[in-house]
Amino acid sequence: MPTNGTATGPANGPAQGAAILDALGEPTRRAILERLVEHPAAVGELAAVLPVSRPAVSQHLRVLKDAGLVLVEPAGTRRIYRVDPSGIEALRDHLDRFWNRALLAFKTTVEADPDQERP
Amino acid sequence: MTSSAAATSVRSTIVVDAPLDRAFTTFTRDIGTWWPPEHHLLEGELAEMVFEPRVGGHVYDRAVDGSECRWSRVLACEPPHRVVFTWDISLQWQIETDPGRTSEIEVTFVAEGDTRTRVELVHRHLERHGDGWEGMATAVGSPNGWDLGMAAFAAAVGPSS
Repeated sequence: MPTNGTATGPANGPAQGAAILDALGEPTRRAILERLVEHPAAVGELAAVLPVSRPAVSQHLRVLKDAGLVLVEPAGTRRIYRVDPSGIEALRDHLDRFWNRALLAFKTTVEADPDQERP
Repeated sequence: MTSSAAATSVRSTIVVDAPLDRAFTTFTRDIGTWWPPEHHLLEGELAEMVFEPRVGGHVYDRAVDGSECRWSRVLACEPPHRVVFTWDISLQWQIETDPGRTSEIEVTFVAEGDTRTRVELVHRHLERHGDGWEGMATAVGSPNGWDLGMAAFAAAVGPSS
């Protein structure tokens, strides 16, 4: 399941944040995303369990895809939608920044009290 | 680099001009002196952070009103060389009460001379936070950061979860 590295991941611009909020601002899209979080699905499977038409599901999926929240993969004659796994990269990036910042603060502090134990 | 372990953990290393013992003590007992102040789950104003440096101990924040937020369990503590503690914080940025859905942080302290210490940190098993974290993480990665991510994910998942 090639995702071409980060090429298919969400872009990092202000527009992307707005797109994510817009995408999640609609109840049906939230319901779709919730189902895709549990397992990948095709349009028909989603339409079967949601109170909206198949074309409506397709339209919502397009919005979610444009926001970088879901990916689509061909599987035979079907197209399977799933949550974008590059999300794991985003969480790692967040924690990476957090720990780097925390350790720098630690360094500043531990080096700043020479009176305490240093000879 | 592309192993699953690497994909579900983050690493950070820093060398400090401080002796091994002091590096360990400052990192653990004195965690409140350097921990980024905006990273607390307390409702009220933070009074202090407490790191109990023993297996079975906790790391917690205490508010000025006396309320406490225990967000970590100490799994290993070998002063002044190594400490392992959990990250009991859920994808909804709440205390995670299911230990099976928590990640862990291992910090190793290595002397590089009498007054210099290398500190190696690994935050691993991020995958344990469970189903749905991908969507949250996508939102977290957005330019407006963690708060927006939390709000977006909370909206996405809804009260049923």
